Amino acid sequence: MTEPVLDVRGVSKRFPGVLALDDVSLTVGPGEVHALVGENGAGKSTLIKILTGVYRPDAGQVHYLGQPVTFGRPLDAQAAGISTIYQEVNLVPLMSVARNLFLGREPRGRFGLIDVARMNREAGEVLARFGIAVDPKLPLHALGLGAQQMVALARAVAVDAKVVIMDEPTSSLEPREVETLFRVVRELSGRGIAIVYVSHRLDELYRLCDRVTVLRDGRRVHTGELAQLDRLSLISLMLGRDVADVRRHGLTGFSAHDAGDVEPILRVRGLSIRHQLHGVSFDVRPGEVTGLGGLLGSGRSETAKAVVGALGTDGGTVDMSGQRLRRRTPAAAIRAGMAMLPEDRKAEGIIPDLSVRENIVLAALPRLSRFGTVSRAKQDKVVELFMKRLRIKAASPEQRVSELSGGNQQKVLLARWLCLNPRLLLLDEPTRGIDVGAKAEVQALIDELAAEGLAVVLISSDLEELVEGADRIVVLRAGAVVGELTGDDVTEDNIMAALAQEAVHD
Amino acid sequence: MTEMTAIPAPAVDRAKPARWLQDYGVYAAVAVLVLFNVAFTDNFLQTATLRTQLVQVAPVVIAALGMAMVIGSEGIDLSVGSVMALAAAVLPLYIGYGFWPAVLIALLVGALVGVVNGTLVAVVGLQPIVATLALLVGGRGLALVFADGQLKGITNPTLLELGTGELLGVPYTVLIAGVLAVVIGFAVRGTVYGRQLVAVGGNRAASALAGLPVTRVLIGTYALCAVLAALAGVLATARLGASDPSAIGNLMELSAITAVVVGGTPLSGGSIRVLGTVAGALLMQLVRATLINHDLPDSSAQLIQAAIILAAVYIARERRTR
Repeated sequence: MTEPVLDVRGVSKRFPGVLALDDVSLTVGPGEVHALVGENGAGKSTLIKILTGVYRPDAGQVHYLGQPVTFGRPLDAQAAGISTIYQEVNLVPLMSVARNLFLGREPRGRFGLIDVARMNREAGEVLARFGIAVDPKLPLHALGLGAQQMVALARAVAVDAKVVIMDEPTSSLEPREVETLFRVVRELSGRGIAIVYVSHRLDELYRLCDRVTVLRDGRRVHTGELAQLDRLSLISLMLGRDVADVRRHGLTGFSAHDAGDVEPILRVRGLSIRHQLHGVSFDVRPGEVTGLGGLLGSGRSETAKAVVGALGTDGGTVDMSGQRLRRRTPAAAIRAGMAMLPEDRKAEGIIPDLSVRENIVLAALPRLSRFGTVSRAKQDKVVELFMKRLRIKAASPEQRVSELSGGNQQKVLLARWLCLNPRLLLLDEPTRGIDVGAKAEVQALIDELAAEGLAVVLISSDLEELVEGADRIVVLRAGAVVGELTGDDVTEDNIMAALAQEAVHD
Repeated sequence: MTEMTAIPAPAVDRAKPARWLQDYGVYAAVAVLVLFNVAFTDNFLQTATLRTQLVQVAPVVIAALGMAMVIGSEGIDLSVGSVMALAAAVLPLYIGYGFWPAVLIALLVGALVGVVNGTLVAVVGLQPIVATLALLVGGRGLALVFADGQLKGITNPTLLELGTGELLGVPYTVLIAGVLAVVIGFAVRGTVYGRQLVAVGGNRAASALAGLPVTRVLIGTYALCAVLAALAGVLATARLGASDPSAIGNLMELSAITAVVVGGTPLSGGSIRVLGTVAGALLMQLVRATLINHDLPDSSAQLIQAAIILAAVYIARERRTR
């Protein structure tokens, strides 16, 4: 290989309490399309932020075009020729396409004025070269998201980028737009531009990328030719499961209900959200833990949110205890007996300024009040009960919830839902980011609740937790159900095999 | 990385003086000013002086109470001054039907504006500052249309009595402001609505997921704020003895926001300090009165008020930097 364009050597980055990157290296040569993959918390975004000058590494060195470089700020990286394309387009929506393409380096005519005619003509040429058929005089916001992304790409190339970093560029694109994007990416690579491509969609990686680097828990676990790594091995590297044990199983397919099966309490049919879910169907029975398995971006959290009405759907039905839910709002779902523990505890769970007590009783307030006046006595009884039962460690119920540890915050949220006496509990990553002791306690609690007859839906990126916790696993990939495992088939191997299947269409 | 929210003990200790200032700074400042005036201002403790101060501050307190609730919901309401003007403009139109119908209609007009504000924020999704800016401009314009752009004298004896009369030596306006402060204080602390309001202000996404009626709470809050502003407009009109929609409530939105911020309610929502708001309004009133009593020009009063606002915001920032 010729001299690499980008050469990251032993980079480490520490945040308070976390080693986000631990001695990570990455080399990308000219014209190479390099896949960067890993699950949540693997360190992908930290690495990208170091490459683009947002963070500085604590140790290690980034070499760019053979020279060691330190970018003080994102602008420096851009000026040096490292462009980044994010999911959301970072352009000026109200300006014309041509203006966006030439922003900051507009062709000048006489008297130093912008030569609009020339700018539009050159913009048209650039766009045509990438096969983007849009009028450069249109304002950018008039274009579809895919076309906007193309313009962002064209701009990146037009500013003489040597490296283009693409972070999940296809997550909001139509299939047709994805094809155009791929063509542009190949064109860029043909011109010797190095590309770092981040995506969770395995099909895309195999179509586009030459080499792959897998990160896990801040460490590089693999670098090599992508073609020599089959899907199963790639997934087991990402999830950190031993590949030697994995044998290919045929999928059991959708299991028939066992004869003695209980009636499902939740029936989900054909749940669809544009770009995110494509006809997700599954059942959940009382007294059973149903796992939702899948890689990051497979639509697990979206499914849970759509079920409780926190996310608008384009189609599909949700039946709870035989009753169809017509009003799809979280309040209606709660009345129907559902409760959902969201994945992002901080953004969607706790009310940071309120006390432990108020966070616990939040959803139950109307039940713990009389004529709109809250009853402190009733609250204290409930709070005492659940703090004891879930062993919530706080100085007092009046302590601010934001001062608790992650594990105890999670228990506070569990208590918030349990004091509503739900019949269905959806748990999205209930043990993420909490310490080992609290994790075991939460897992034991889930088991106990299911044994008491509660229906539980468990989402977890931790395969071991999923396999041990769930009685049945619905496997999702790219927003669709690709398999359902029951009984003895609930194994890590089977989940990975289902995830590694080739996509049937596309 | 949420697990890092557990704060180490030393950080708490270092934040202690700032926390104390935030919790009690405004009361301490009021106390210092009162003591200063008792010592150095002639006749400060006389009933007439005190009464003038309280009567002047009462409309600000009432408007600020509503503002505190809106700010607690992570919003802001720039239209309170215009709502006061609207209420003032509506009064003479219906005073012919008697005192109560006229006052009720004035309050109803306020509620209507509040519902529009709340709907723009909670349903349409506009930023509160933009949504209420529209009514800041439009509301006063509408008030001038209602009033034909004219100042109208009030002759209704009940309305005039409301402005100048008193009960057991306490002016009605002051009494009303005091009762409202107690009622709002209870509403925020002890009712389902109040607790839901604070939760929505603290984390809207989490509140929605917990099944709280977020839209209803927000619209209700903006409506309540506007009703309080309309009441302030009625009282100001009664005291003046005339409906003057071009002058009543001018810059009231800023006085109300100042009282709330100085009183220690964070602009980022999730916490409402009712007593602090009352103290904030009193503090700003006292600062001005003190300086005027000592023959300093109004301009210096404004500069000192600006300094107090900056100090309040700075102290509030201290707590948030965790």
